[in-house]
Amino acid sequence: MKLRKHLLAGLAFAFLASTAQAETLRWGSPRDIFSLDPYSYGSTSNLAFLNHVYEGLTRYTPEFVVEPALATNWELVSEKVWRFHLRKGVKFQNGADFTADDVVASMARVSHPTSPLRGNIPAYVSTTKVDDYTVDIEVNTPSPLFLNDMTNIFMFDKDWLIENKSELPTDVGGKVEGYTTYHTNGTGPFIVESRVPDSKTVLVKNNGWWDTPKHNLDRIEFTPITSAATRVAALLSGEIDLTDGAPVQDLDRLKSDPNIKVVERSDLRTIHLVFNRKDKLNDGRDNFFNDIKVRQAIDHAIDRQLIFKRVMRGKSHVAGTMVAPEIPGYSAELDVPTAYDPELSKKLLEEAGAVGTEFTLVCMNDESVNEEDVCSALVSMLSRVGLKPTLDIGPRAVQAPKRAGGKSDAYMIGWANEPTLDAYSLLIQVLSTREGAAGVANYGGWSYPELDAMVKKAAVEMDRDKRLAIETEALKFAKDQVIMIPLHQQPMAWAMSKEVTDVTIRADNKPRHWLTRIGD
Amino acid sequence: MTDQAQETPSTAKIGRLARWRQSDLWWSFTRSPSAIAGALILTLLILAALAAPLISPQNPFDPAQLDLWNSELPPIWQADGQWPFILGTDTQGRDMLSAILYGSRISILIGVCSVILSLTVGLSLGLVAGYFGGIVDNVLMRIGDVLLSIPTILIAILVSAVARQMLPPELRDVGSAAVLVLAITLSAWVQYARTVRAQTIVERGKEYVQAARLLKTPARRIMLNHILPNTLTPIMVAATLNFGMAILTEATLSFLGIGMPPSQPSLGTLIRLGNQFLFSGVWWVVLFPVLQLCLLVVSVNLLGDWLRDALNPKLR
Amino acid sequence: MIVFLIKRLANAVLVMLAVALMAFMIFRFAGDPVELMANEQMSQADRLELREKLGLNDPFVTQYVRFVVNAAQGDFGISYRNGQDVMTLIAERFPATIELALVATALSLLIGIPLGVLTAIHRGRWYSEGLQFVSIIGVSLPSFVVGILLILVFAVSLGLVPAFGRGDVVQIGWWSTGLLTASGRASLLLPSFALALYQITLVMRLVRAEMMEVLRSDFVKFARARGVPRWRINFRHALRNCLMPVVTMTAMNVGSLIAFALITETVFQWPGMGMLFIQAVTFLDIPVMAGYLCIVSFIFVTLNTLVDIAYAVIDPRLRDATR
Repeated sequence: MKLRKHLLAGLAFAFLASTAQAETLRWGSPRDIFSLDPYSYGSTSNLAFLNHVYEGLTRYTPEFVVEPALATNWELVSEKVWRFHLRKGVKFQNGADFTADDVVASMARVSHPTSPLRGNIPAYVSTTKVDDYTVDIEVNTPSPLFLNDMTNIFMFDKDWLIENKSELPTDVGGKVEGYTTYHTNGTGPFIVESRVPDSKTVLVKNNGWWDTPKHNLDRIEFTPITSAATRVAALLSGEIDLTDGAPVQDLDRLKSDPNIKVVERSDLRTIHLVFNRKDKLNDGRDNFFNDIKVRQAIDHAIDRQLIFKRVMRGKSHVAGTMVAPEIPGYSAELDVPTAYDPELSKKLLEEAGAVGTEFTLVCMNDESVNEEDVCSALVSMLSRVGLKPTLDIGPRAVQAPKRAGGKSDAYMIGWANEPTLDAYSLLIQVLSTREGAAGVANYGGWSYPELDAMVKKAAVEMDRDKRLAIETEALKFAKDQVIMIPLHQQPMAWAMSKEVTDVTIRADNKPRHWLTRIGD
Repeated sequence: MTDQAQETPSTAKIGRLARWRQSDLWWSFTRSPSAIAGALILTLLILAALAAPLISPQNPFDPAQLDLWNSELPPIWQADGQWPFILGTDTQGRDMLSAILYGSRISILIGVCSVILSLTVGLSLGLVAGYFGGIVDNVLMRIGDVLLSIPTILIAILVSAVARQMLPPELRDVGSAAVLVLAITLSAWVQYARTVRAQTIVERGKEYVQAARLLKTPARRIMLNHILPNTLTPIMVAATLNFGMAILTEATLSFLGIGMPPSQPSLGTLIRLGNQFLFSGVWWVVLFPVLQLCLLVVSVNLLGDWLRDALNPKLR
Repeated sequence: MIVFLIKRLANAVLVMLAVALMAFMIFRFAGDPVELMANEQMSQADRLELREKLGLNDPFVTQYVRFVVNAAQGDFGISYRNGQDVMTLIAERFPATIELALVATALSLLIGIPLGVLTAIHRGRWYSEGLQFVSIIGVSLPSFVVGILLILVFAVSLGLVPAFGRGDVVQIGWWSTGLLTASGRASLLLPSFALALYQITLVMRLVRAEMMEVLRSDFVKFARARGVPRWRINFRHALRNCLMPVVTMTAMNVGSLIAFALITETVFQWPGMGMLFIQAVTFLDIPVMAGYLCIVSFIFVTLNTLVDIAYAVIDPRLRDATR
C-alpha cells in the first residue's frame, strides 16, 4: 500500500514537472499524415508535416521567396546544370554529418521510377558529387523554377538508408513494412518521438538543429480528429491548442469564445470541375464532354455566388481563372467568373443535343473544404438545367484511382501550384498533354497542341515577365476552351487558443511550427 | 370440396376476426398501455412514410428540387422560418420534414424487406434441416455457427462495404438499399432457422406427423401445413424485435457512411450529415432525424416487448 | 469429457477456418489488390510483376492455404493505407478496445444488477415500471445517438469530461493503459457508458426475470415462512441463484461488445481497433479489414468455447446434449 502511494506520488510529480517546464503544442488536424516517409505520397499536407523533421536544399521564406536551407548558395554552371554548395556542420538526428553523398542518395531515391514524388521535379535529370560539400544537378530545361521544386525534396542520410535497406522507395509489394515509413532521421527542427497512426504523433525539439529556433516549443502532440464537430468541441473544451482545419460553418461560434482566436483567409488552392475527355466514356458512350457547348453550358449552369454565400459562408474567393491571385501568372483581367445563366445553359445543351444526359461526378469527402456540400450543390444545379448527374462520393484513397484511371465522367480537382508557386505548375502538370513528366495530373486525357507549345515556350523563357505573359496567355486559352471549370479558391481557417502566438499562416495553408510560440 | 372452398373465405374471415378479438393476445393488448401506444405511433409513422410523396412539400431525392437559396432555414416557428419548410431545411436546401418522411420510408422499407427475406430463408432452411436431418442439417447448422461466430454488425459492415464497392456507380443509388437488406439478412436468418429447426425436430417425432408420413403425404405439405404453424409464436416475437434491430443496423451503417448515400438519405444518413453541423447553430438538421429514428425504434420495441411477455407461457 | 473437449475444439477450429475463408475472399475479390497498392506512376509491366510477386496468379486453394498459414502466424500483410504491418497496427490498438469493453462490462454489471433486483422486488411500483420503460428506450437508442448526446451534454455544455480520445496513457510493457492517469479515467467515462447502455438494459432485464422466477420458487417461500429477513432472502439466496446466467451472458457478450465498440470508438475518436477497422473500411484497406475480422472472430469463438467448456465441467448433462 505504501509502495503504491509512493509510486503514485512519483507519477504525479513526474507529470507536474513535465507540464511545468515543457511548452507543448497540442495540434488537432482534420486528417492524419499518411506516412513518415516524405517520398511515399505526393501529398502537400504530408510533406508540410514532415518538413518539421526533414529539410530540403532550399526553402521558402514566409513571403514565398526561395532562401538557402541545407544548401548555402547555388549557381548555374552551364545552361542545364545547377551547382549547390552544401551547408557545413549540419548533423542528422542520429549524429551523422550531412554531405554530398547524402544528396546523391536522396535524389536517386526520389527520382526512382517507382517514386510517387517523381512528378514533383519534372526537370530533373541526374546528380553528381563534386566534392564533399558540392553537388551538380543536371536538369532538362534551364528554368529557375527548379529551385522552387527543390523546396519539397527532403534530404536523407545515405548510410542510414543503406543500413535499413531503404535506398529505393518503399516496395508496395514487399512483405515487410518500409523502414522509413515508421522511422525518421532528418536534419529539421523537430524529432519524431512516437507515432500511432490515426491516434497521435509526438514531435520533440531537436536541440542540435543548425538554424536558430524562433519557436519555443519543446513538444508537439499531433492528433488527427476527423469529425468536424469533435474538433470544435475539443478546441472549445481546451483539449487541443490549435487546429488547422476549423470548419467554416463553426467560425462564428469559435470567434464568440473569449479564449479562442480564429485566423482565416483564402487558400492558394483552386477547386475545379473537370471532365473526362477521352473519345468514349467509361461505359462506352460517345463522350459528349468533347463538345465545347456542353462544357460552356455546364459553366453557365453553376451559380458560383450561391456556393460562395451558402456553402463557403462568404469566406472563399470566387474564381474566374484557374490560379489564385497570389500565383505568378495570374491576371486580374481573366479573373472574371463566368456569368450564371441557366437559360443560356439550357439553350446550349439543346443545341448540343445533350439534354437529359446521364453522367457520374466523382468527389471526395476528405479532400477540399466542404466538398460533399459543394458537389451536392453542383449536382442540384446541373440537374436543374436538364442534365442527369449522379454523385459518387468517398474518401480520397478510394476515389483518386477512379479519377486517375479515367473511370469517372466528371471529377473535382484542387490545384495549389505547390511547391513551384507559379502557374507553370498547373500548365505543365495538369493542362498539358500527358506525355513523360508532362500532364501527370491530366486525368481527363485532353490534348491541345497550341497550349503545349505555349507551355514549352514558357519553360525555356529566362525572362520572368515574358514567361509570365506566356503563362497568362496559356491560361486564357484554357479558359476559352473550358478545359476545366474553376469554382473558387477555398477558404482556410485556423482556430487556436489565445495562448498560442506567432503562428505563421500563409496562403499555402502549411503549418510552420518552427515559428510558433506558445504561452508568452 | 369445391363448394366449401368457395364458401370458407368469407366465413373464415369473420370467424378469424371474432376469434382474434376473444383471444388472450387481444385481451392482453388492451391491458397494456405501452403496447397500445407503440402500435398507434408505429401505425402513424408507417402511414406517414407511405404517404410521403403525397404529403411532403418536396421530393428530397430529386436534386433538381433542392435550392441552395433555401438552405439552413430554421423551423417555421422561429423568426426566419418559411412556409412550406415546417421543420426547416438543411445545408443543401432540403426540406427537413420531407427528408425525414422519405428517410423513414427507406428505413422502414429496409427493415420490412430484411425481415421478410430472413424469415423466408430462415424458415425454409430451418424446416429442411429439422425435417430431413443428416448431412443437410449438419451443413446448414455449421454455416449458421460460422455466421453467428462473427458479430452481426461486423458482417453487415463488411458485406455492405464490399458489395457497394463492387456495384457500378450508376447502380449504387438503387443498389445501396438492396445491399443493406442482404447485409442484414445474412446474419438474421440463422436465428429463425435455429428456432424452427428445434421445433421441427420436436414436431417430427409427434404422432400426427408420423401418421401423415405413413399416408405418404409429401414432405413439403407436412412441413408447410402441419409443422410450420406450430413454430409461429416464437418466430413472431423474434420478427418484431428483429424489425427494430434491422432499422437500427441500417441507421448505424448509414451513420458510419457505408449505408445509404447522401443523394438518397435514410435517417442514419441524415444524422451523419447533420452531425457535422452540431455546433453551427442549425440544431434542427440533426435533432429531428434523431427524434424520428428513436420514435420509430421505440414504438417497434414496445410492441415486441409486449408480444414477448404476452406469448411467454412462463409469465402468464 | 475428453471427447467433448476435442469435439468442441474441432468445431472452433472449423469456424475459424470458415472465417479465414471469408476474410480471404474479401482480400482477394473486393477490388484488385494490385490496383489498390500501385501508385499512379507505376507502369503496366511493374503491375504485372507485382501481381506475380504477390502470388495472385496461383490457384485459388494455394492462395487460401497460404493466407491461412500466414494468418495463423499473425501475418496479415501490410496495410495499403499507411504501409505498416497489420498485426502491429492492431496490437497497438488492442489495449484501448479491451479496456473500453471491460470497463463497459463492469459498468453493466454494477448498474444492471441492482436495477434488476430493484424492479423485481418492487414489481408494479411506479419506479419499477418507469425503469422498465426506460430500459426499452435504452435498447432502442442507437449507440451513436447516445454518444453524440453524451458529448453534447457532458463534454461541451458542462465541460466535465473530454469529448474525444483516450487522454494520457501509461505504457506497461506492450500494454498501454489509461486507467492510471486522471485524464485517462475521465476520458473513459463517456465512451464506456455509451457502450454499456445496451448491455445494462440486458443485464437488468435478465436479473429481473430470473429473480422473479426464483422468488416464486418453493425454497424462497419456505425461507420466508421460516422468518428469514427479507433482504437476506433477496440478496443472499435469490440473487445468488440467478447470478449464473448473468455471468454466462456477460462472458459471452464481451465479444460482441468488442465488435460494437467500433461505433462508440468512431463517435468518440477512441484510438482502438474498431476505429482502425472503420477507417480501413472507408479506405478499402483490405489487409487491415481481414486482420480485424479474424482477430475479433477469434476472441468471439474463444470466449464461446470457454463458456461452453466451463458449463460442461459444471454440468455433465450438457456434454451428452451436444453430442
